[in-house]
Amino acid sequence: MGRLVVLRQMAHRFAFVGMVAFAFGLMLLGKADTLLVERARVAVTDAVTPILDVLSRPASVIAEVVENVRELAQLRAENGRLKAENEKLQHWQTVARRLEAENRVLRGQLNFVADPDSAFITARVVGDTGGAFVHSMLISAGSRDGVRKGQAVLAGEMLVGRIAEVGQRSSRILLLTDINSRIPVVVETSRAKAILGGDNNDRPKLHYLSTSPPLSPGDRIVTSGHGGAFPAGMAVGVVAAVTEGGVRVEPFVNRHELEYVTVVDYGLSGVLPSDREAARRKGGE
Amino acid sequence: MKPSLVNRMDIWARHLVPFGLTLCLLLVNVTPTRIPGFAGVAPMLPMMAVFYWAIFRPDLLPAWVAFVIGLLFDVVSGTPLGVNALVLLLVQGVTSAQRRFFLGNTFVVAWWGFGMIAAGASTLAWMLVSLLIDGRIAFRAVLFEYLLTVSLYPVVAWVLARTQVMLLRQA
Repeated sequence: MGRLVVLRQMAHRFAFVGMVAFAFGLMLLGKADTLLVERARVAVTDAVTPILDVLSRPASVIAEVVENVRELAQLRAENGRLKAENEKLQHWQTVARRLEAENRVLRGQLNFVADPDSAFITARVVGDTGGAFVHSMLISAGSRDGVRKGQAVLAGEMLVGRIAEVGQRSSRILLLTDINSRIPVVVETSRAKAILGGDNNDRPKLHYLSTSPPLSPGDRIVTSGHGGAFPAGMAVGVVAAVTEGGVRVEPFVNRHELEYVTVVDYGLSGVLPSDREAARRKGGE
Repeated sequence: MKPSLVNRMDIWARHLVPFGLTLCLLLVNVTPTRIPGFAGVAPMLPMMAVFYWAIFRPDLLPAWVAFVIGLLFDVVSGTPLGVNALVLLLVQGVTSAQRRFFLGNTFVVAWWGFGMIAAGASTLAWMLVSLLIDGRIAFRAVLFEYLLTVSLYPVVAWVLARTQVMLLRQA
């Protein structure tokens, strides 16, 4: 009897050590970045997404109710503010119309090739994942809806991030605050180029910034379109702080406010080859 | 007398409760809360459940189940594959090895124990993720996540304890 107990204990210990080794094996496998790991991930995410879709609804309903109450309380002040803003915007509209007409004429004279038209896919955010380690979100649209890897994700007109993984009916967005996110940007006014790199902080940092002229808080940062990943001119954020340690950018999009996002297909292949293209290339070989 | 089929199925279903609850906590963990700043420091709910069941019912949530839950957590939350699997496996292993000590003591001692084990787990996860993605993750966010996890433990432990009393007293 005693021997059996000892044997069983040994088996337990062996199984435990085996699982620890297996976990390290998985880490190495993931590091090697095989297609297999991504496929497995995507398959599981696809299976979980419908559950998350249901789970995420109560939270958004509560958030909506709270928002409604707050809006009611501030209705008067909000109305005044909106009236003032409307006046300002109407002025801008006039300016924009004039510029648009002027632009059209000038483009016609120059034979300018316009950017390709874009297609939109709107999807619900069903998962906000990762805690301190990963800044990503799951959305309820996948390859069957036309989502492809590397596409830009917007909320309104503001950049949220890009598509990192695509399943059948779910996809993962890599937020621009994630440590793996690198986005080519320019300062809107001075056209100084930089790379916006996340570090899992709420405010990503500008890297490789051409220093002159100096930046100041409040400067708008937009995508530059370099590398072909995103089209140029998408709003990203404003400069929040300029310190010795670098320039931090406050994104326009707040992660907690996202309920619906728009995945945009600009027809650009981007730095990440899309699945379709990879397949085509493979077929061509 | 041999228990009837219904009886056995009932017990079997009750025995799935710890796993099911931990799975639920995992899903709740990745649900968007719409609370400002919360997502970046969301507490590790599955870790609390793994710790709790390792003390009270290690037979119903053994090491391999902790491993599977960790793996699932990795997949859903997007952390490098294997990190949470290893972390939760170790949490289960260390806690169940000390369960006699925790069982014989008050809740505050268990809470303190969770604080210690979660500190080790967070540090390990931080080191592994930093190593695997070739970049240093700000320790501050991990620290906040850890503090939130520890301070929310009593709430989750209370829910789990109620469930245990309700569904697993005889099973």
